[in-house]
Amino acid sequence: MARTWQEAVDTGDARPQPGSGDRLDAGGEGRQGAFARLRQSLKRSRQALQAELQASLADRLDGQAFEQIEEALILADLGAPATAEVVGRLEAEVELGELSGGEDVRDRLIELLAGLAGADAPVLDLRARPAVIMVVGVNGTGKTTTIGKLAWHLRRELGLSVLVAAADTYRAAAIEQLETWAERSGVEIVRGSPGGDAGAVVFDAVAAAEGRGIDVVIADTAGRLHTHGNLMEELTKVRAVTAKRLDGAPHETLIVIDATTGQNGVRQAQAFAEAVEITGVVLTKLDGTAKGGIALAISRELGIPVKLIGTGEGLEDLRPFDASEFAAALLGA
Amino acid sequence: MFEQLSDRLQDTLSGVRSRGKLTEDDVNAAMREVRLALLEADVNFKVVKSFTAQVKERCLGAGVLDSLNAGQQVVKIVSEELSELMGGSGRELVFAPSGTTVILMSGLQGSGKTTACAKLAQLLAKDGKKVGLAACDTQRPAAVEQLVTLGGRAGATVYQQGTERDPVDIAEWALGQARAESKDVLIVDTAGRLHVDEELMDELARIKKRTKPHDVLLAVDAMTGQDAVNVAERFAADAEFDGVVLTKLDGDARGGAALSVKAVTGKPILFASTGERLEQLERFHPERMASRILGMGDVLSLIEKAEEVSDADQAKELERKIRKQEFTLEDFLQQMRQVRKMGPISNLLGMMPGMGKAMKEIRTADLDDAELDRLEAIILSMTPAERARPDMIDGSRRKRIAQGSGTTVSGVNHLVKQFSQMRKMMAQLAKGKMPDPQQLMRGMR
Repeated sequence: MARTWQEAVDTGDARPQPGSGDRLDAGGEGRQGAFARLRQSLKRSRQALQAELQASLADRLDGQAFEQIEEALILADLGAPATAEVVGRLEAEVELGELSGGEDVRDRLIELLAGLAGADAPVLDLRARPAVIMVVGVNGTGKTTTIGKLAWHLRRELGLSVLVAAADTYRAAAIEQLETWAERSGVEIVRGSPGGDAGAVVFDAVAAAEGRGIDVVIADTAGRLHTHGNLMEELTKVRAVTAKRLDGAPHETLIVIDATTGQNGVRQAQAFAEAVEITGVVLTKLDGTAKGGIALAISRELGIPVKLIGTGEGLEDLRPFDASEFAAALLGA
Repeated sequence: MFEQLSDRLQDTLSGVRSRGKLTEDDVNAAMREVRLALLEADVNFKVVKSFTAQVKERCLGAGVLDSLNAGQQVVKIVSEELSELMGGSGRELVFAPSGTTVILMSGLQGSGKTTACAKLAQLLAKDGKKVGLAACDTQRPAAVEQLVTLGGRAGATVYQQGTERDPVDIAEWALGQARAESKDVLIVDTAGRLHVDEELMDELARIKKRTKPHDVLLAVDAMTGQDAVNVAERFAADAEFDGVVLTKLDGDARGGAALSVKAVTGKPILFASTGERLEQLERFHPERMASRILGMGDVLSLIEKAEEVSDADQAKELERKIRKQEFTLEDFLQQMRQVRKMGPISNLLGMMPGMGKAMKEIRTADLDDAELDRLEAIILSMTPAERARPDMIDGSRRKRIAQGSGTTVSGVNHLVKQFSQMRKMMAQLAKGKMPDPQQLMRGMR
């Protein structure tokens, strides 16, 4: 079942403090609602393929069925290596008679896919005060929008106070963009001047958060292609400056990956991880038709967990990642 | 990371002799490798299937030429088929015979539309056209401000009416303004939208109807995966786009999406966007894209490759140093390492930013890999201060450096002299004076 924000974020409090939104202790019902919404958002799958897939999983478990599974996984951007691994395992287990019947295979497939995401349910570590989250990624993935949503959820779901740092000092109107989101989510913002030093903005933001007793700082950074060495170096510097200001910061460095990204996503995550030590992936734009299998490829290859998923351009459209749910949606099951 | 396709194919086809023919088994084995390479490159699964079937036909019975091994032969065929598939109907931008030409830009969120609009504006402005930009993205926070800023830099007039008005009305109003101001071109920027968002796709169709564009462009991110076909198909159906702007090609995504889009919609790729700066928009080259998709990189222009390896900002800084003669041995070492990353040394001097075509003429007989190893060793035996100011290297330092690098004092001498000479030459070049290649070589000896 869908994970709650309480489960997905470690705020260091013994008992989670719900915010003004009274979502959570709606218990099972709240979760059902979240699950239904997720399925709704992720519903735009290729109906035809689902039908075929379901059909083959229902009756025969022959070579063709496995080919169709393979096709479904490739089309989901899982990538050839991960697909080969998963399908290979499945075929072996079927051969050994460990699985019988379509339902079994389907469930096992979901299990294997979810397994690619890693063993433990990933958590956002926001125990420190202030807890600092740095958001990075290539151009156009949805970093600034994600920050707006995250700030809103942390406030609403967990009652945390949030400050956002406009450390994208490069892109035209990036500061104004984040300002709008800060306003929408009701959080404070620290900005520098366009063209100014990004590290200095984060530094100032952390200082401000400390001074005003704010719980969380979320720092936006400029989108940058990982192939630009000097931009990656700059990012490393921003992180170093942040660490200097506050020991242990940034406590979370999230890379935002667009769900439509192909295999280059692995390369992106790898390069960013080399520059700044990534602690989690935010997979965005799942409201389209892309399945976002690249996130599983990244987890599998680099061991970086997916922590959040974005499902639209509105404040509400962000939720904790749930591996089984995601895997099921991937298959359109 | 990915082995060259031709190497992999050669392994697969190691049994095939030259002047032989490729058997069906050979070809099937080869097609498996090709399929893998294309999937790695994010070409759509179904496009890969039909493409490899097509290629298989050509390969069957294809003789293996003397000059190429079987693997290379298959790559040649694949490359040709790919280029042809992506090239062909080279459509250019269509301009109105008189009045204002309208170009409509569409695409998913984050695909690079706004930047592409500004780049196109700059490109056309440089051509002497009077350009207007219509800010019809009322959805994304500060999108209007972004276009206003970029438009200003590009030398175009930006027509905006904030975010409260219907984008369709803004587009119509902007066209009226552009016509009144006798603009040659109006580029309409729109909000990013999902191809499955009926409401927004309908809005796009309405903008199209209201402005009657001469060109409808779809911005596609080069790193897009399997989903590219879905997006392209829907945009082709609903917006009937004329061509594609492939963006973020300065990344290292192989760009299979380009092939998928072309294969599935038949629409050509018109432009390639290769960076965030406004001048980084160029005509699309199908053969280069074919090489890139196959993972062979851009083998066409060495100098351009150098610019890929060396980041634009680093190049700028280096250029400044060259002009001011602040270029140090440390810089030289970095440059040399970058050049070596590219493979066989061909023209070291030609790689230096600012060197340009003049250096291409100079022969490289003197600068093979062994020589460069030696030079690198010498520089590495210098202290950072010595690398920054080679003039301070006196006799005792020379001795120390020679010992440390396993070379001779005269060898160290030679490098320092060569370097000063080269630095002067580079400074001259940077100032726009053509160097005399002979004189340069004399100085190098």
